[in-house]
Amino acid sequence: MNTLIAITGLGIFCLLFEILNLRKAIVPITILGLLGVLAINYYEFGSTASYYNNMITVSKFSTTFSSLFIIITIFLVALSHNFYENHPTKISDFVAIKIFLLAGGVAMVSFGNLAMFFLGIEILSIALYILAASERLNLKSNEAGMKYFLMGSFASGIILFGICLIYGAMGSFDVAEIHESSLSAELPIWFPIGMILMIIGMLFKVAAVPFHFWAPDVYEGSPALTTALMSTLAKVVAIATLYKLVSALNLVPSLDNQDLLGTFENIIVIISIASMTVGNIMALRQVNVKRMLAFSGISHAGFMLMTLLTIATSAGVLLYYAAAYALAGIAAFSVILYVCKNQDNEDITNFHGLGKTNPLLAAILTASLLSMAGIPIFSGFFAKLFLFNQTIQAGYIALVIVAVINSIISVGYYFKLILAMYSKEPNQERTGKPFLIYAVAVISITLNIVLGLFPSLVLDLLN
Amino acid sequence: MNVSLILIILLIGAFVTYFAGDKLASKVALFFSLVALGCSIVLLNHFYAGESISFVSAWINQPKISFALNADGLGIAMLLLTAALTPIIIFSSFGNEYKNAKGFYALILFMAFAMTGTFLAADGLLYYIFWELALIPIYFIALIWGNGDAEERRKAVVKFFIYTLAGSLFMLVAFIYLYTKAGSFMIEDLYKLNLSASEQLWIFLAFFFAYAIKIPIIPFHTWQANVYQKAPTVGTMLLSGIMLKMGLYSVIRWQLPLAPLAAKEYMNIFIALGIAGVIYGSIVALRQKDLKKLLAYSSLAHVGLIAAGTYTLTIDGFRGAVLQMIAHGFVVVGLFFAAEVIYRRYETREISQLGGIRTQSPKFTSMFLILVLASVALPSTFNFVGEFTVLYSLSQINIWFAVLGGTTIILGAYYMLKMFQNVMLGETNSKTFADVSINEGVSFVVIIAVLIFFGFYPKPITDLITPSLETILNVINKN
Repeated sequence: MNTLIAITGLGIFCLLFEILNLRKAIVPITILGLLGVLAINYYEFGSTASYYNNMITVSKFSTTFSSLFIIITIFLVALSHNFYENHPTKISDFVAIKIFLLAGGVAMVSFGNLAMFFLGIEILSIALYILAASERLNLKSNEAGMKYFLMGSFASGIILFGICLIYGAMGSFDVAEIHESSLSAELPIWFPIGMILMIIGMLFKVAAVPFHFWAPDVYEGSPALTTALMSTLAKVVAIATLYKLVSALNLVPSLDNQDLLGTFENIIVIISIASMTVGNIMALRQVNVKRMLAFSGISHAGFMLMTLLTIATSAGVLLYYAAAYALAGIAAFSVILYVCKNQDNEDITNFHGLGKTNPLLAAILTASLLSMAGIPIFSGFFAKLFLFNQTIQAGYIALVIVAVINSIISVGYYFKLILAMYSKEPNQERTGKPFLIYAVAVISITLNIVLGLFPSLVLDLLN
Repeated sequence: MNVSLILIILLIGAFVTYFAGDKLASKVALFFSLVALGCSIVLLNHFYAGESISFVSAWINQPKISFALNADGLGIAMLLLTAALTPIIIFSSFGNEYKNAKGFYALILFMAFAMTGTFLAADGLLYYIFWELALIPIYFIALIWGNGDAEERRKAVVKFFIYTLAGSLFMLVAFIYLYTKAGSFMIEDLYKLNLSASEQLWIFLAFFFAYAIKIPIIPFHTWQANVYQKAPTVGTMLLSGIMLKMGLYSVIRWQLPLAPLAAKEYMNIFIALGIAGVIYGSIVALRQKDLKKLLAYSSLAHVGLIAAGTYTLTIDGFRGAVLQMIAHGFVVVGLFFAAEVIYRRYETREISQLGGIRTQSPKFTSMFLILVLASVALPSTFNFVGEFTVLYSLSQINIWFAVLGGTTIILGAYYMLKMFQNVMLGETNSKTFADVSINEGVSFVVIIAVLIFFGFYPKPITDLITPSLETILNVINKN
């Protein structure tokens, strides 16, 4: 709870910077503020409490995921400094919106009431709509914002409808009460239907197939930093919320009571396979790196959805996967931000010869792509390993084999970028060594490798 | 002595090499590889003294993965092979200039680190991690420092990478499946499993996929010749000298003991695939115009025979296979080095453009000839011991296997001697050919000395490997 208040306070504080004309100091002070929030969150770790008539419940799950969100936000804010150099008057708005977005994310993993859940998702989404359209003179950015807004509000509507049905079935918005009454033998059919509507809405936010059509266009059109945010923070928040929704509302046992569990599991398996396969196959053909990472994000969403099949035990695995994916994504995007600054597109040709002109950043991008492809010793490998282990133990060996085949396909496009960096001749000179971009890239990839060497650090938090 | 020390030396060596700068990199790398060789020899002495050489440390709790290394006789033999070949390979590159040498030599040491780890790992997942890690450096070595047209090279290297990764991911699934059965990745726990015949078949096939691509056994060999040709010679040596031995070693260590029923049931098929590789490789080698490609196909033929030996599931087959692995490792490094020596002077590997070197460089000619004869398994060379033992074990299964496998010697003699004739003999070449320098000579002499010494006296190696091979065979035959 304190975390959420502190984050919101920080966001308002950021807006004040604009008034006080302290724009230069905003990035360092916000980072310090977020570190403070991280410390507050650390003190809440392990405690279980609920506030305001169960509106917010703080649990191990919410605090660990909140910490992950805060860490990702720190990186994103640090990248803002360089990214918004050319729009100095807007920077405090953009930073403040990112902080509010974080507040939405934290609310989404610590809700104790479906009203709070919806508030969280709207705070996050509206912040994202603004950020997607934030390059207001760029037609593509406008298009991305509009597209995302239309599709996003549609999904929000579906979620709201689902919440209404659940209220109709249970007579309450309170998660704990729903949890209790969901085990009763005579459950109105509205409960599973409402849950399905909510899950559909969340799958839209996660960008899982077949609710993924917005993702490539929005990712490509948005400013690169917003794309970084969507593909790391927003995706991780959405998948964690979906997980929490399914586990907190006791969906699996209640479906089991009504002999609907098999159907639910089949649907998850199909969506997961479809997301992985469609995402990977579409990614193979892309020349725009942001678009490619959008499709790669779709396939990773498919992998993360596999955790829903083993919902009782897989919170730690989901946290680990999300952390590995987000850290690799941040490292990759910081290199992309550096390479594509002042370019009018993010095509692969921009990366030609990076291995010669800037070996460090090329190595970092290579490492992050290897992590996403699941090559040891990077944490992406262990994430897949733990996920496969869980899933095979639950008996879904065919799903794992499909996932493995998808991992092989994914190597194809990750390596396209690596090849471009190392085997093509450089076509342009880049000057300047923006300290913050280097720092973010190095720190995030180091964290990624540390997680790979010591997976227990994260994995045991939620077991 | 702690066995993990060797790994630490190689890993630190890779980092120090990178930070030593381009000028010093090769010497620093040589130094660290020699230190690792020294440590391996010390380790051998400890082993002879009867100490058990293992190192176990908990790593990840859930799922339970430990950092477990164990060196039995087989592991030590492979460790020594890696440790001895790495300095030779590094030293053999001293005549070449590489751009960004620090990265190049650091990657070589890193690869040696990963391969050593593969040979020593006693935990399935740790083994898998090392196995995969070895792939990354060779990818970059072949991609960045390779030769030939950049576009073709890219295709060859990417094909190689995706192929091998694809194979090993199925192995990963097999390991996870075994873990769910055994609750541990430790090799001795996995050995204790009693799996049903159909489970074993799937496990066996998953492993086979990984190893058949790595070794390579036909029909999974299509990446090989192109990569051997396109990679820089050092990369080719690492691939053919050590890395494909990872596959053969793993067949003995992991595949056969974990799925013995399937191995016995389908033995004939896999032996036949190995022998098909022998014949196919030899015939294709006959037609090659490029020296490196010819050696690549000859290597395909030889490893086919080794693979057939391992699948016989007899002590002779195992022993012959391991002996031949070591012998082939040395001889193939020597042959590729000879190709490199020629390339340094004539800047071509086209056999048709060579010839008439003998009169200009008697020393090189005699060294090359010894290597060629060793590779066709002339008696009194190490390769003879290995190939003969393998053929003997094949004859115990079915005499026709031995007959067909024996064609490797006949065909091998034919294409290797024809190659030697075209490359070295004939009218004196108009271009001058400087005889081997001292640096080059040292590499050749070391390799030849090893081949001939163990050709006459293979007992130290047989004594070293036989007990551990018998242990593995007992696991295979326990049910």
